[in-house]
Amino acid sequence: VTVSLTRAAPRARRRSLSGRRRTTALVMLTPAILGLALFFVFPLIASVFFSFTRFDLLSPPQFVGLLNYTYLFTKDPDVGTAAFNTLWFVVILVPIRTVGAMLVAGLLARARSATGFWRTLLYLPALVPPVASVVAFVFLFNPGTGPVATVLHAVGIQSPLWFNDPALAKPSLVILGVWVTGDLMIVFLAAMLEVPRDLYEAASLDGANGVQQVRFITLPTISPVIGFAVVTGVIAALQYFTEAAVASGVASGKATVGQGGSTNLGYPNQSLLTYTEYLYSHGFAQYQLGYASAMAVVLFVISAALLALTMRRISVFRAVES
Amino acid sequence: MTASASTPHRRTRPRRVTAALAAGVAAALLLAGCSSAGGDAIATKAPTTVKGSVSFWHFFTGREAGVLKSAVDAFEKANPKVHVTIHAGQDDEKLQKAISAGQPIDVGLSYSTDIVGTFCSTGAFKDLAAYIKRDQVDLGQLPTAVRSYTQYDGKRCVLPVLSDATALYMNTDLLKKAGITTPPKTIEELETDALKLTTYNPDGSIKTLGFNPLMGFQENSAQHFSAIIDGKFLDAKEDSVIGKSADWKALMQWQKGFVDKIGYAKLQRFTAGLGQEFAADNPFEKGRIAMALDGEWRTAFIQSDKSSVQYSTAPFPTASDHTDMYGATYITGNIAGIGKGSTNPEAAWALLKYLALDTDTQVLLGNGLKNVPTLTSALSSPKLTVADQYKVFVDEAKNPRTITSPASKNGAAYLNSFEEAWDGYQTHGGDLAAILAKLDKTIDDANELSGP
Repeated sequence: VTVSLTRAAPRARRRSLSGRRRTTALVMLTPAILGLALFFVFPLIASVFFSFTRFDLLSPPQFVGLLNYTYLFTKDPDVGTAAFNTLWFVVILVPIRTVGAMLVAGLLARARSATGFWRTLLYLPALVPPVASVVAFVFLFNPGTGPVATVLHAVGIQSPLWFNDPALAKPSLVILGVWVTGDLMIVFLAAMLEVPRDLYEAASLDGANGVQQVRFITLPTISPVIGFAVVTGVIAALQYFTEAAVASGVASGKATVGQGGSTNLGYPNQSLLTYTEYLYSHGFAQYQLGYASAMAVVLFVISAALLALTMRRISVFRAVES
Repeated sequence: MTASASTPHRRTRPRRVTAALAAGVAAALLLAGCSSAGGDAIATKAPTTVKGSVSFWHFFTGREAGVLKSAVDAFEKANPKVHVTIHAGQDDEKLQKAISAGQPIDVGLSYSTDIVGTFCSTGAFKDLAAYIKRDQVDLGQLPTAVRSYTQYDGKRCVLPVLSDATALYMNTDLLKKAGITTPPKTIEELETDALKLTTYNPDGSIKTLGFNPLMGFQENSAQHFSAIIDGKFLDAKEDSVIGKSADWKALMQWQKGFVDKIGYAKLQRFTAGLGQEFAADNPFEKGRIAMALDGEWRTAFIQSDKSSVQYSTAPFPTASDHTDMYGATYITGNIAGIGKGSTNPEAAWALLKYLALDTDTQVLLGNGLKNVPTLTSALSSPKLTVADQYKVFVDEAKNPRTITSPASKNGAAYLNSFEEAWDGYQTHGGDLAAILAKLDKTIDDANELSGP
């Protein structure tokens, strides 16, 4: 008994120490946990609850079972268009922005003179507020009076309709997305500058050419950053709203300020109607918060699935975890 | 052991009873809260003096907010014991959130009749029936269409504070040059004149457009076109009647035919290169479009933008089988109500009446905001500044044939669906009967989403 008691004492002390550590950790984490519970878990649960109701924010919600989901999947005439447009941005905009930012960062990493000037110049567009950059772009690309049309006209080319053409409205926003890619570019640049020089020197001695050096040294080394760019890019694309809404308003010629949600969401011909715009329109223009909640829940599930898929495809996450 | 085992049972039951009682009280309070929204008991006689503070939420900003402030100042002068706190720049979405969050909004002013259906049916704005009855307010002093858009399902929860009407704006220099001396009265005449006024560049692109027939262009919308045919949108159950109307079908076919005569692609290219509707580069103000469907506010824009355009206005043409509608228009406007959380409803009612039912206030606001008064006495007031071009809108507002669109629990969803379908038809064509049948189904299906 004595032996067991003497052995138990340090164990108890260890337990008390680890208990104190756990308490300290819990206290330190409390603000974050509270924040998550209040601003993530509660809204998520509330959204799921409201998705089974008819709710207009002004009167008590009415339970309607699966009605909102049934309407969403079988009757809504526009949700397919909105989902397609959003997925288009995920599939086209995210890779182009990521690759574009990587290329620019690669060039800057190799620059030997005026590096500060070029970095500042290429980063600056990212500092422009999204609304201002979209307004500027729509005016720049105005097929009648914009500078781009003037230049094209001077060389005998008729300007496309850009933001006024349903086939070109989304690609026009991709051009804008590439222009404001400075935020990603700076992260890639930092990662590329961290790649040890001696790896390139060794590869060079082994006879590796530039492409091989990028393929076998740069890309594997910066792959965590690529993963970060893709994951955050997919999340942003799934929530794409401001740029599309402002482009529609300005390009339609009916931009107004101070009168709530635009009535031109989706212009031209629904080509810029994104899922979140459509959700917003149902929730706050048509007072169908229950249906908007069902749309939000579906978006959450799809986002989670897409992100799981993306992270599985990015081997670096598995490597980091292991 | 027995005692200790039985104790929790004895303690649980009162807890359950307490919980049930609490739930009952909560439900009762909730019901009381809900019912009070629509049917507050009010004093049998209007107070001789109103007092206290009133919170007034509205959407105006800048110069226009100043005009409204001058009306509020006059109200405070007439009611020295009332202090009005103004919350400017509050759009409908903020109003909805604030009311649902229990904010004590006494008077809320909205720019759109889209909210009437929801705000009246949910009690977000109080039912005004008791106040109207007690104070013997004569609603006959409101034009018929205005009376219609300020109530939902028999419940009047808002009063009108100025309206918007549309008419045909004509560039007199361009019309004179083309030898057109009288405004078109039918849409066929409009089309003939517009084609005559349209000029082209050597490369075939449009230089000046007589009239832009594209649906969605500036004020070209289903509701603004409805007066052409005295068009109806919904029945009493809020189901669509659009697809069942031969008039709507004929109007859409005429509009598409007009578009095709000039060419959809040409019109799209021309329209894409035009300026913004609410800016100084407005194409009518710049002389790029000879005739346009626009609201009374354009007269004020032309003045404030210092545009040199010489223009006149006339009622918008009608279909040749609806010439009885000539001189009428589609009308809608600003509306105001008393929030369900109002802490001073008597003073709120006094302010609401002052803004909506006082002739001089309506004239003051009409002259300042350049919108059309919603009180017949104000429309006829000699104090109302009525320029030649503005007179058309005043006459249209007085016209008993003037129409509006019905309030719906879905807001403007049915109008948006209609314009989306129309836009698709003008772009791609197709079987119009099938398009309209699908539109009816879309509108009817969407009704199941709105509540309560």
